[in-house]
Amino acid sequence: MFKYFPHTKADVDQMLKTLNISSIDELFSQISKKVLLKNEYDLKSEMSEMEVRDYFKSLEKNNQELVIFSGLGVYDHYQPSVINALTSRQEFLTSYTPYQPEISQGTLQYIFEYQSMIQALTGLDVSNASMYDGSTSAAEACFMACNASRRKKILISETLNPNTIEVIKTYLKFKEYDFEMVANKDGVFDVEDFKNKMSKEYAGVIVQNPNFFGFIEDYEGVADFAHEFKGLLIQNSDISTLSLLKSPAENKADIACGDCQSLGLPVAFGGPYLGYLATIKKLVRKLPGRICGYTTDTSGKRSFVLTLQAREQHIRRSKANSNICSNQSLLALYVTIYMSLMGKKGLVEVNNQSYQNSHYLYERLIKTGKFFDNFNQPFIKEFTLETSISHDLISEALLKSNIFGGFSLNQISDRYENLINFCVTEKRTKTEIDKLINVLEGLS
Amino acid sequence: MSYDKLIFELSKPGRQAFSLKKPSFPEYDVLDLGKHLRKLELNLPEVSELDCVRHFTNISKKNFGVETGFYPLGSCTMKYNPKINEEIVSNTNFKNLHPYQPVSTVQGALEVYYELQKALSEISGLAEFSLNPYAGAHGELIGLMVMKKYHQSKGNFKRKKVIIPDSAHGTNPASTVVCGMEVVEIGSNERGMVDLESLKSVLNDEIAGMMLTNPNTLGIFEEDICEITKLVHDAGGLMYYDGANLNALLGKVRPGDMGFDIMHINLHKTFSTPHGGGGPGDGPVGVKSFLSEFLPNPRIRKLDDYFYIANEADTIGQISSFFGNYLVELRALTYILTLGKENLMQIGGIATLNANYIKESLKDDFYLPIDDLCMHECVFDGLKDNPHEVRTLDVAKRLLDYGMHAPTIYFPLLFHQAIMIEPTETESLQTINEFIDVMKQIAKEAKENPELLRKAPLNTPISRTDEVFAAKKMIFSYKDYLDYINSKE
Amino acid sequence: MSKVIEGLLYSRDHEWVKKLNEEEVLIGITAFAANQLGSVVFVDLPEAGDEIVANEDFGAVESVKAASDLVSPVSGEVLEMNEELEGEPELVNEDAFSSWFIKVKLSNSEELDDLLTAEEYKATL
Repeated sequence: MFKYFPHTKADVDQMLKTLNISSIDELFSQISKKVLLKNEYDLKSEMSEMEVRDYFKSLEKNNQELVIFSGLGVYDHYQPSVINALTSRQEFLTSYTPYQPEISQGTLQYIFEYQSMIQALTGLDVSNASMYDGSTSAAEACFMACNASRRKKILISETLNPNTIEVIKTYLKFKEYDFEMVANKDGVFDVEDFKNKMSKEYAGVIVQNPNFFGFIEDYEGVADFAHEFKGLLIQNSDISTLSLLKSPAENKADIACGDCQSLGLPVAFGGPYLGYLATIKKLVRKLPGRICGYTTDTSGKRSFVLTLQAREQHIRRSKANSNICSNQSLLALYVTIYMSLMGKKGLVEVNNQSYQNSHYLYERLIKTGKFFDNFNQPFIKEFTLETSISHDLISEALLKSNIFGGFSLNQISDRYENLINFCVTEKRTKTEIDKLINVLEGLS
Repeated sequence: MSYDKLIFELSKPGRQAFSLKKPSFPEYDVLDLGKHLRKLELNLPEVSELDCVRHFTNISKKNFGVETGFYPLGSCTMKYNPKINEEIVSNTNFKNLHPYQPVSTVQGALEVYYELQKALSEISGLAEFSLNPYAGAHGELIGLMVMKKYHQSKGNFKRKKVIIPDSAHGTNPASTVVCGMEVVEIGSNERGMVDLESLKSVLNDEIAGMMLTNPNTLGIFEEDICEITKLVHDAGGLMYYDGANLNALLGKVRPGDMGFDIMHINLHKTFSTPHGGGGPGDGPVGVKSFLSEFLPNPRIRKLDDYFYIANEADTIGQISSFFGNYLVELRALTYILTLGKENLMQIGGIATLNANYIKESLKDDFYLPIDDLCMHECVFDGLKDNPHEVRTLDVAKRLLDYGMHAPTIYFPLLFHQAIMIEPTETESLQTINEFIDVMKQIAKEAKENPELLRKAPLNTPISRTDEVFAAKKMIFSYKDYLDYINSKE
Repeated sequence: MSKVIEGLLYSRDHEWVKKLNEEEVLIGITAFAANQLGSVVFVDLPEAGDEIVANEDFGAVESVKAASDLVSPVSGEVLEMNEELEGEPELVNEDAFSSWFIKVKLSNSEELDDLLTAEEYKATL
């Protein structure tokens, strides 16, 4: 007997009798003996809950929780206590995709609220019900642009997060589409280079703001220029920063994508995160993924339902916009609660405090005389510097003080040879920041 | 009275539900960003903490979860989601690790990934897994990328066609197209299995491989599987296994032993991680050793007792930011450890017993298109004795009135009134008998009082929705909703 | 139940073709097709000036439960698309034979000979 298997021997016997067989094995009689397993799996034996707890406690010991001072697309923001309490409710946690709307209004309503908030932050017309993460969302956004413009090439800004670039490249490569990189000038998107490269051959361009270095970019004239060639502007952004920064709509972007991890999702060693994808009304039918819409039921009650499913794989099959099936629903709930709790004031305050903390660190680092800024670009919470100190020495020293920061971008690509990344969120205290400065000041 | 408020309707300017620290450095002002700042108004709600908690608590009550009642969705494997899985995620430090932290500080985290991929290898009979794909459909895409890259590495650039049975899940052909390949569809024989003659007729030197689910989407085991894989291999193609129905095979057969070269697993189906209302899942991809160089980056490797992260040259590339939905992987490993080999071995048998029992018990009331042994799920094609032509949709909606979730309907497409029932191994005989009784009762109602079914559901938070309205009006946000309401006035 | 109108030509993909004159035709879908789809919510059509090719996709019709490709029965240049269908796609269900999708200038009028008569089309249903 096992706690997840309710059948007793009597139950099994009764069921076998109904089926007129004498053992469960008979149910597998049409399977060739050649492939039927003869031995047990070579795995550990059953563990009691106590043993499972001990197992992970001992694995945990080989991890070190650090005070986080780098970002690189993953941000250590404050997580309100309310969120876990609500997302662990079984009605949200264990339910399936809301294909039966009559008993899934909970899920459908929070998806509608999520879509509304993404729409509000991006300023565009429609958001879908979410994507796997920011990188795959960006790849799908590129496909959307190619699909809409019927072109097979796209321009990619070099200042995108390298993980995002790599994922886009993989997707494009297999679809046999092409790309060209747009250079970075002084750490930001080179508009001149873009204008030289943009043509009728390209579906458009994908940019990121704030970019991978943390710097804020200026897209004056970019959308208009792309539109002249019937190309599209895709803006990839850390969604939390859109509470403060010029929105994709104000930049006249046609598609907005990115990751919602910064909306209080734990750093979680890489996942699950949450991709978002939003677009203008004209392109709504090109949106991949699920979309939830408002309607009424037979008695006129306000209701929500998954709609425009004829675009999706389970109906359109090989002609679908994408193959995506799942979204990251529970995470969409998570960030919807976060955005409800923080509201417009809270979200702005989070970014404001991140701004203040990071600028304090920035100035103190420059003052040490060992850190240099050759870019001089505006930023909110994240910035990139060069230093005369060995990068290895920095990470060693910081690690000794239980800090993760001053991440050497060289680890990601040799293109970023001398650069190091810092990020300070509202979670960091003055004491923590001063300690970081102290450690670095002591190095040479 | 059913709760009916949108969060925006609880909003009042000045309300606050958050508490941040006081700013440490007020001398810095974000307004210095000047022209980079947003001018567009931001319409997010302002609510109090209790309002917020009540709101989401109340809307949750309109949902039906596995813990509410029986949830027999075919091909979704809605088994019990153990609480220990959640506890491990909440009570350990894995969730606080940054993916870019020095490798020496995340050895425990890397070991979880490594151990899970090893366990999946043992269960599937494939040499190595990448846990990076975020979902089943994502895994399919990655598996197809591996297939394509393999042929390219051998100089076979012509091999870009993928054979897919017409009974396959829609993600199969969709993933094929996203991967830049072509779909070659073949039909099933009268027993619902791959027609060998059809298969032979499409094999040539342009075939990259075949995608197959086994048991297939009709819940039936492909008896000729060894012959199928041999035919495809002899023609130079690879075999891809769609792991959606893996639950039927646990303890009985390994996909690798049936001749499959590549597969994906749905952790949120077979390995009990919760569906979350539509995600997050995780779709690990496994391969035979001759294909392992193509798996996506980053890889997690072990040398002596040390784990490290590698980015390897012959990979298909990166398809995720990092290591997949890591916390979902953590849950799956917890599940595998909890069950242990003894209990994992039992799952296929119990799940199959349950499905066959339902099949036998309902075949007098529902039409069984293929009266054969099924595996972990059974498929009916509508009501048997149906003088009023009640549709499957009506049956499904009426089931909701009895406090049970409907099975999968209208899939597979082969049967126009398809009802696909998958009980899973975590349901008791009592629950299963209750379900059977309710289904028989509904079949009776269909004959005696069909209008009841056509109007169903009547006992749920809402009744049937106007899907035509939703598709035409396209109201996808609160802003759209307000515009719509205002335009009506 | 499905109406079939005399005097029109039909394709095996459930489209009707109405000759306006020697060079121009109107194209739409039959009542049978509209019934199969259910309530039409969207019609995706090519624009004036676009080229269409016989036996190739030129657009799609979407209902809540399905999306069907429109396979062109003829080759030519699209002169006009029915803009009424943008705001009122349900017209297709109300009267499929009056709800034309596109007006086409034929590039090869012999293609009309490959189409079915009303009798022949009825026989396929």
